[in-house]
Amino acid sequence: MNLQFIADGLISGSLIGLGAIGVTLTYSILRFSNFAHGDLMAWGAYAALTVLGAISALLGTVAPIGMLSFGWPLVVAALVAMALVGGMALLLDWVLFARLRAKGQSIIVVMASFGASMALRSLLEFSFTSKPEYFSRAIQMALPVGFGIRVTPDQVAMLLVTLVLVTSMHLFMSRSQTGREMRAYSQNPALARVVGIDVARIVRATWLIGGALACAAGIMVGVLVQIRPLMGLDMLLPMFAAAILGGIGSIPGAVLAGLIIGLSEAAAVQLIGAEWRAGAAFVILMAVLLIRPAGLFGVSER
Amino acid sequence: MTPILDVRGLVAGYEPGLNIVRGASIHANEAEIVVVLGPNGAGKSSLIKAIAGLVPVSAGQVLLDGQDITATPAHLMVRKGLAFVPQTENIFPLLTVEENLRVAGGVLARSEVSPRIGEMFSMFPDLARQRRLAAGSLSGGQRQMLAVARALIVRPRVLMLDEPSAGLSPKFVEMVFAQLSQIRRAGLTIVLVEQNAKAALAIGDRAYVLVEGREAHEGVARSLWDDPVVAELYLGHRRAS
Repeated sequence: MNLQFIADGLISGSLIGLGAIGVTLTYSILRFSNFAHGDLMAWGAYAALTVLGAISALLGTVAPIGMLSFGWPLVVAALVAMALVGGMALLLDWVLFARLRAKGQSIIVVMASFGASMALRSLLEFSFTSKPEYFSRAIQMALPVGFGIRVTPDQVAMLLVTLVLVTSMHLFMSRSQTGREMRAYSQNPALARVVGIDVARIVRATWLIGGALACAAGIMVGVLVQIRPLMGLDMLLPMFAAAILGGIGSIPGAVLAGLIIGLSEAAAVQLIGAEWRAGAAFVILMAVLLIRPAGLFGVSER
Repeated sequence: MTPILDVRGLVAGYEPGLNIVRGASIHANEAEIVVVLGPNGAGKSSLIKAIAGLVPVSAGQVLLDGQDITATPAHLMVRKGLAFVPQTENIFPLLTVEENLRVAGGVLARSEVSPRIGEMFSMFPDLARQRRLAAGSLSGGQRQMLAVARALIVRPRVLMLDEPSAGLSPKFVEMVFAQLSQIRRAGLTIVLVEQNAKAALAIGDRAYVLVEGREAHEGVARSLWDDPVVAELYLGHRRAS
């Protein structure tokens, strides 16, 4: 049996997991399913592409790093884009979600996120057209790593970046005061206020982190596949499936579940057929909701 | 003597026009345990929550050490020196015992947090032994201890507790109340809302009986226990019990 699907699944799964962190944070802290999360990914990829274009226009072509398809300008563009998308998420909250949250009905906020998602996507199509874009058109050779599996240097790099981001995120949530406050707030918002936690600060941190991580995931999809206005929408179902499978609010859960879903999708492509790819995430989502609604690391509602 | 906490004619309720607290006035002096009693639905919990900034106040005043703190947002109350322990869900169950204290210590200067956690652990040795456990795995009494430690870590001027004995076995009730007496001896002012009148009046200095959202009686805690009218009407027991 060809084991290539394991490598493919782990790589796409790590990107799903990275995106799912934002979904799970928004759901557990702001108490709504943000369907515009995928579009933050797409905006992230286009923001990085724009910054990269500006750097290239100023400095000309820069040699790639080692065997990778990109050079340091993309690293800089990624950091700038993460800050921009984090800021954009904050702006979106200020303009739209915060006002609706104050009304106290989460379904209104969820529907608003649908609207925001469509608006954000249309804006991208309007600005950049639906034609796929690439950070680099250089062709990369996939290198054999044993057991018949081949990976490209870009794939290895993206896997490492994901590992660094997820580890940093885990340390932030468990060791920093803001991370502890975010966890506390997600468990009991009323008590969080009683112990002196500033809710506005927690909400800001959630959007900034969720937006920045969505942007990072979007850029990585752009590096490994391509950049399209619909790229975030395609990732939405797997990301929600991962957030729910992992247990709402659990970051390690979201990442592990992302890997499980990535592997299941890749296995479905190889074993059943490519048209069943999206079906894998859907089946997992339904199964979890029916069998273990709290997810792998989740705790039932008190 | 100027009271540390002075509540004057407080009117409060969750919805406009539906006031549960209807002009309540209570006060608490330095290092005093003040007990608020009353029948179910008298507005005891709402009163204490309104003081803590958790229920909208429509009239009246809350003064802490002479400073008007009426309707201060709940998250700023601890910074003003007013700590509150809610009746239920008063800890973060998925955070460890130590993390519960660290979260609450966020209002202190960074260098103060660890020493202060150490002080709390020496005051509550049971918690120290379980510092790395998820707070949700603690027993009812230990949870209450953690909730009190969490409130004390910020060195409040006034500690308000909403029915700390609720759901606890008599042994734990005794333990919690003994701890509160000890905390008061260290100079802290305590406002205690309780259904368990006997245990609360035994450690209290003064007590109020709240009826229909305002105080109906005030007196020395122990004399209130012996007052047959109060006992019959509001405390839910007969003198002979």
